Amino acid sequence: MTAIPHEHGHHYTTTGLDHRKIAIWAFIGSECLFFGSLISTYLIYKGRSVVGPFPHEAWTNPATGQTFPPILDIPVTSASTFVLLMSSLFMVLAHGAVVRGDRKYSKAWLAATALAGATFLGFQAFEFTSFVHEGLTPRTNLFGSSFFILTGFHGAHVTAGVIWLITLLFIDFKRGLRPADAINVDLCALYWHFVDVVWIAIFTLIYLIQ
Amino acid sequence: MAADHSHSQTTYDTHGDAHAAEHKHPTWKTYKWVALILFVITVAEVWIYYIPSFVASRAFVPVLLILSAAKFAIVVAFYMHLKYDAKLFRALFVFPLLIGVLVIVSLLFLFGQISVRV
Repeated sequence: MTAIPHEHGHHYTTTGLDHRKIAIWAFIGSECLFFGSLISTYLIYKGRSVVGPFPHEAWTNPATGQTFPPILDIPVTSASTFVLLMSSLFMVLAHGAVVRGDRKYSKAWLAATALAGATFLGFQAFEFTSFVHEGLTPRTNLFGSSFFILTGFHGAHVTAGVIWLITLLFIDFKRGLRPADAINVDLCALYWHFVDVVWIAIFTLIYLIQ
Repeated sequence: MAADHSHSQTTYDTHGDAHAAEHKHPTWKTYKWVALILFVITVAEVWIYYIPSFVASRAFVPVLLILSAAKFAIVVAFYMHLKYDAKLFRALFVFPLLIGVLVIVSLLFLFGQISVRV
């Protein structure tokens, strides 16, 4: 596939498509397989933990007599899911503002998206901390191992997305994102929405299905 | 609020000449509706989670999977504008996604997490 330099620094291939967009979609495709392997690992180990705490059922430790309630906190996770969904809306609005050359709104929506992403990470940090305090670590049981690996990798992806958003915001403050830069925001937006759709799957498969 | 922001995407014909092809993207109104629909589906998912009789029924898991798949498809189609973009992008995403789903389902059968009653 030959890359053809174009005005505004865009590089189109012989397919007529920007090679950076082809690259990000290929990357997202590979990420589908990556998260597919993590989700399948979680589902295979689901219900096979010998000791608690368990995600949806209470458990009493036979040695100590201590009772552990179901560990997943659905109201808190629902709130974080809502925040992540809203961040996707903010992201499309940020992209729209950059396309229009509206610097005021591009800064506002990029900042709102980054803030929503950081809030989601805050919810995740709270959840992880409370799980550890309640006795669930990656070494406790199969549920703990697969849960922390899956949601931890998702959190790492959100962190990378927040850093990417802050970088774009910094550029917007420094020299302004012009309509010619819309492709850069578009690439970030595609990554961000993918992180969102992965969470949609995780929320249902891990948190809601018992 | 933001109006329709059509996005110009350059394509090349067989002679190598570039020409602009307009790919119409969703409007602010569409994005607003998408956000509302995603919110309503999420509320519905959490709502049914708290209905013990429904959780105990056979419909619980299929309904949750359908609602989740609907949310997934809506975000990919509208927010990731795959509905409006080039077919090559669709292929780059959908093909690995289908392989991923196939691998998950195959492994669940292999490890006995799901089975077919004959």
